[in-house]
Amino acid sequence: MTYTTQKNRVLIGKAGLDGHDRGAKVIARALRDHGFEVIYTGIRRTPEEIAAAAIQEDVAAIGLSSLSGAHLRLFPAVVEALRRAGAGDIRVLGGGVIPAEDIPLLQEAGIIEIFTPGTPLERIIAAFTEACASHRSGRSL
Amino acid sequence: MIIDPIETLVQQVQAKNPRAIARAITLVEDHDSRAGQLLSALDPQSIEEMTVIGITGPPGAGKSTLTGRLIARFRSEGRRVGIIAIDPSSPISGGAILGDRVRMMEHALDGDVIVRSMATRGRLGGLCAAAGAAMRIMAAGGCSVILIETVGVGQSEMDIISLADITLLVLAPGLGDEIQAMKAGLLEVADLLVVNKSDSPGAETLTLEMETAAHDRSQVWQTDALTGKGVAELTSRLIALDREHRSDGTRSKRRGQAHEREVIDWAIELLRPQLSSAAKAMDCRQSADPRQLAQELLSALELKANPDI
Ligand SMILES: Nc1nc2c(ncn2[C@@H]2O[C@H](COP(=O)(O)OP(=O)(O)O)[C@@H](O)[C@H]2O)c(=O)[nH]1
Ligand SMILES: [Mg+2]
Repeated sequence: MTYTTQKNRVLIGKAGLDGHDRGAKVIARALRDHGFEVIYTGIRRTPEEIAAAAIQEDVAAIGLSSLSGAHLRLFPAVVEALRRAGAGDIRVLGGGVIPAEDIPLLQEAGIIEIFTPGTPLERIIAAFTEACASHRSGRSL
Repeated sequence: MIIDPIETLVQQVQAKNPRAIARAITLVEDHDSRAGQLLSALDPQSIEEMTVIGITGPPGAGKSTLTGRLIARFRSEGRRVGIIAIDPSSPISGGAILGDRVRMMEHALDGDVIVRSMATRGRLGGLCAAAGAAMRIMAAGGCSVILIETVGVGQSEMDIISLADITLLVLAPGLGDEIQAMKAGLLEVADLLVVNKSDSPGAETLTLEMETAAHDRSQVWQTDALTGKGVAELTSRLIALDREHRSDGTRSKRRGQAHEREVIDWAIELLRPQLSSAAKAMDCRQSADPRQLAQELLSALELKANPDI
């Protein structure tokens, strides 16, 4: 039997200029309560800063929150920054006040899950758990 | 030709690749079976030369903010800096929120600043092993200064501090934790006592108290980590102290003790899975004395570590 103690590590970030991070903090706490190690990077981060932090922390997934309506620009920008840094395997999930018609656009841009204000916490946690598991199984080292 | 993945990873670490450095730390933290191979392939020279600075103190004293300031000072000297920021895991869920990075984000895009957040994961001594490995990996990845931030309250944090070449104890007025720090013996192990938030009421009183408690008044420094006031002076003192400790033998003496402690921590860490499965297999009669059972367990195991690690 091999003895490993793998943990789900994720980063919760808040891109964009608005300063509200209550939603992000609720998600961060819920994930912690489900055994996740959550790197919290605070508000007003650029996509490049989020990508660099995610790489240094070796997270499997990033959860982005946006309330400012800039998600169409900012979420894909994080995916792009990860790809440029050779970390396109890190999963990106997003949540916030996101109109239904934007969801397919975001999915097309590589955001694997979108959560809106009505999404139950259990579903969010399940999505992060799944993102970490699939990231791990796709990794050779 | 077969390319060995660990050999490749070590080469990438030594080429300062941030992903490789991060990945290597995770392999060790997660007890990957290849961690031993990885760690023994690291360049011992860079590890020998690095300076490890421990930053401890009560929550809210300003450790992370001060760390952000120290990073800037060391960067202006052209040094590549690694930071290990340790926070407790929740004992109930095993999860953690690691937020020290928030106060260091101004360095997020500097390729010569590597920040790694680490949760205690309920390890006792094992934290020392994991943090020690992380600092070795960072040193091999080109960092000549390693800053380890840890909440100074418990014994495991004291163990971490023993890894440092130089230790700062950061206090701030109004937290009421000075007494606790004294009780925990932190005053004795710290090289420098930093009264942060020097702009806040009570800073002078706290400074006087610290000067009384210190064995030498020159140990006590004031900083305002928000504005950076006093940080240049503190950094100069740190650099001078490092030089002194390198020439008067203090550093090599501490390194020797730290090394021994890391070896013991690793031994316990590597034994742990054997111990818990043996304990489960053994009839741990609740009426029997735990110490007696532990002795039975050890002799049954003949103290052999898990061959899979
Ligand atoms: N007034 C003042 N506030 C500070 C100073 N240093 C840190 N803080 C604030 O104190 C709080 C805790 O700081 P942090 O660095 O996270 O402390 P840590 O828990 O010891 O790492 C934050 O709100 C900081 O902005 C300082 O020198 N003066
Ligand atoms: Mg902190």
